[in-house]
Amino acid sequence: MDRAFARLLPARAANFGAGATRADRNAVTGIRGKGTIVATTGTAETTRRDFLYIATGAMGAVGAAALVWPFVSQLQPDASVLALSSTEVDLSQIQEGQIVTVKWRGKPVFVWNRTAKDIEEGKATQISALLDPLARNANLPADAPATDENRAAKDQEKWLVVIGICTHLGCVPIGHMGEYDGFFCPCHGSEYDSAGRVRRGPAPENLAVPPYAFVSDTKISIG
Amino acid sequence: MSNTMSFRSSLLRPLAACALVLGLGFGPALAAEGAPKPHREDWSFAGPFGHYDRAQLQRGFQVFREVCASCHSAHLFAFRNLAQPGGPEFSEAQAKAVAESYQVQDGPNDAGDMFERPGRLSDRWPSPFPNEQAARASNGGAYPPDFSTLAKARTYEVGFPGFLFDIVRQYQENGVDYIHALLNGYKEAPEGFSVPEGAYYNEYFPGHAIKMPQPISADQVTYTDGTPQTVDQYSRDVTAFMMWLAEPKLEERKRLGFQVMIFLIIFAGLLYFTKKKVWKAVHDHH
Amino acid sequence: MSGHSTFEPKNPALKWFEARLPLVGLMHSSFVAYPTPRNLNYWWTFGGILSLMLACQILSGVVLVMHYTPHVTLAFDSVEHIMRDVSYGWLLRYIHANGASMFFIAVYIHMFRGLYYGSYKAPREVLWILGCIIYLLMMATAFMGYVLPWGQMSFWGATVITNLFSAFPVVGPTIVEWLWGGFAVDNPTLNRFFSLHYLLPFMIAGVVILHVWALHVTGQNNPTGVEPQTPKDTVPFTPYATIKDGFAMVCFLIFFAWFLFYIPNYLGHADNYIPANPLVTPAHIVPEWYYLPFYAMLRAVPDKLGGVLTMFGAIAVLFFVPWLDTSKVRSGAYRPLFKQFFWIWVAVCIGLGWLGSKPAEGGYVIAGRILTIWYFAHFLIILPLLGLFEKPKAVPASITEAVLGKSRGGAPVAAGASAPQTKG
Repeated sequence: MDRAFARLLPARAANFGAGATRADRNAVTGIRGKGTIVATTGTAETTRRDFLYIATGAMGAVGAAALVWPFVSQLQPDASVLALSSTEVDLSQIQEGQIVTVKWRGKPVFVWNRTAKDIEEGKATQISALLDPLARNANLPADAPATDENRAAKDQEKWLVVIGICTHLGCVPIGHMGEYDGFFCPCHGSEYDSAGRVRRGPAPENLAVPPYAFVSDTKISIG
Repeated sequence: MSNTMSFRSSLLRPLAACALVLGLGFGPALAAEGAPKPHREDWSFAGPFGHYDRAQLQRGFQVFREVCASCHSAHLFAFRNLAQPGGPEFSEAQAKAVAESYQVQDGPNDAGDMFERPGRLSDRWPSPFPNEQAARASNGGAYPPDFSTLAKARTYEVGFPGFLFDIVRQYQENGVDYIHALLNGYKEAPEGFSVPEGAYYNEYFPGHAIKMPQPISADQVTYTDGTPQTVDQYSRDVTAFMMWLAEPKLEERKRLGFQVMIFLIIFAGLLYFTKKKVWKAVHDHH
Repeated sequence: MSGHSTFEPKNPALKWFEARLPLVGLMHSSFVAYPTPRNLNYWWTFGGILSLMLACQILSGVVLVMHYTPHVTLAFDSVEHIMRDVSYGWLLRYIHANGASMFFIAVYIHMFRGLYYGSYKAPREVLWILGCIIYLLMMATAFMGYVLPWGQMSFWGATVITNLFSAFPVVGPTIVEWLWGGFAVDNPTLNRFFSLHYLLPFMIAGVVILHVWALHVTGQNNPTGVEPQTPKDTVPFTPYATIKDGFAMVCFLIFFAWFLFYIPNYLGHADNYIPANPLVTPAHIVPEWYYLPFYAMLRAVPDKLGGVLTMFGAIAVLFFVPWLDTSKVRSGAYRPLFKQFFWIWVAVCIGLGWLGSKPAEGGYVIAGRILTIWYFAHFLIILPLLGLFEKPKAVPASITEAVLGKSRGGAPVAAGASAPQTKG
């Protein structure tokens, strides 16, 4: 705005003829002000005018910025979406070896009743052999290592609950497939083992374990 | 029907069927001509700094739950709303307890059947009737209107010049005034007015013949905070609750409004002086 | 948007760009260097306010659509979902709903200003007609927007207004069925109204660009109605008009905020908080306030087709005002008789608006007829005759002379000293 002012003023001064008045000169110095151009008259007024222009401009900028916020804020998940954040799963219906897919927050969650062989394989794998050494378990600290114990349900190691979304680009992996007896992602060939840990790229992370808890011996609540 | 924490809406259906019945499916929003104007009550949520009275909303909820809800639905009302800021502000545990005391239909399960389970915070308030037809069938042909937006869906004609003054004094509580007046408007029909079968005389209802019998009487709901248990108090409380149901963001709106107003007034002042400065040269020139 | 730009960029990158697309120069000549009559009063700030309101409606509308569902079973609840669950949804929805009313308040003031100061007269006829087209588009957009929440007034408003077209002989009923996409207002109607409600604002924006273009070709009218003759008569648009418009906009926003934050449902109808029910008509069907004068005219005529034609005629007549006004003097400030008739006509419009909100019975209908006749007589009889018989006051030779006359305490040349022409 200031530059626009400054550009215009000579034109306006010309409008009013060669003999620009004191007020006109003041206007020029006022706008170019900030000490760069010597104000010949009315320095105090110049400062006051500068302050007024800056205050008005700042107020406008603050108002515009504040106005943007509701328009951005409305994009976030709304209250009804946030409220729908828990899903209950009845485990008693899941046979040994079976993987059941349930929907939680619009995403698939795999609930896997693992066999003794699956658990054995998961335990035998060394952390050093993993692409991602972290457990990625929302119920544990962020730095927990990706042991089979840390991946499976607490005290009930046969249950593996993971979000069924490949950590590469969001496809849904297929269960009981691939070299590691876990999941295979059909999109770009990522493979996961029986604890849902990534064993072959391009996926960078283990399948995430959502927050969940046992509400009874045979029922979990996800979320 | 009073004071029942163990209340189950389904148990009351037979009772509801023969008890609370509200007239004309969609009661016209405007009070009938010839009906007296509802008295303007003193609402805590009126005016530029208005806010809900938490205790009043909690009492209003109690009245709604124990009395109104046996016939009237509130399908946009979710249990989680009870704990959200700007409302009755029950604790989350209290809201959860309320939710769990209701059975909510869910499903289908893996076998393809619908089933009932205790309510959760994310559930909506269960309606007393499965659909409008069922509601009408149980209420002598009248449909008890849904409470979700009802407080904003009723009004009365203010007339000239009052409607202009209402802009200046920011009066927008016509809906609650009307509902409060209606709940207190049951009277003996005047001489010569014949009340149709199954209807009741109400001074404020358009046409005066309402199908809802007087819904509440003194001491019907037991307040634990010592508030008087009168019909006037009950109706005041439940009406305030209905206003919140219809306008749950009222407090946020008025709070933000005040901030915006202050900002705009200061900004306008600055712009005014800037404008004067900028134009000074033009005016001074001559 | 016209004439030669004096803008000469120094920056080489800008110079390169400007040689290929002189966009900055266009903006500069249109909104910076553009000469504005120095004597514009605050009634001239409503053009800027209207641009602001159009932007406000488009922005809030685009955001509302992100949460709205155009289906008869879901529309009402999705609007309430916006009000309850979406972050700041209540604010966006109330901005949009009240913004429509504010838009109309501004457009009516803008139109009254144009009519008072003769802004429609040669050479500004096309400018005026483009404005009338914008007004028509606004009416259509607002009407379809009001249908979207699918409340009782939405439904019955849509039913009554679409039924207007059934008045036309032979093709009427078919037109109405085609508007509905069925045999009553229903889901197909809601869907097409939603589509058009999204489309029309952008058409309005397009016509607004033409309107501004036409304005910049002829230059602005001013309270004296005398065209600027020397550079002394004008000031550059920026900073003079921009700062003044800015101040007026913020004042208008205060008025807007009063409704928005404190009485957001005052201008709406309580009935629209009842979900639409095709089986029950509300006791009083009243359109939004900005249609009320036309609604009164519709009901004033006892014949169905006649009423519809009268209503559309009331808008159509505006298109011909440049030729109906025969006066040689442009500004109403120098036309003593016109001034009186103008204010009577404003009162007639307000009176019609009041009658539109009353039931169509008894004295209201008779009053409606009298005012309708006066409305048309103003344009078809009074305006043409006034130009022939009225003796206007002396018009100043130039804008500067008018301003000088006023500031020096009423020199004889400043005939229109009583007019509010030098507030700015």
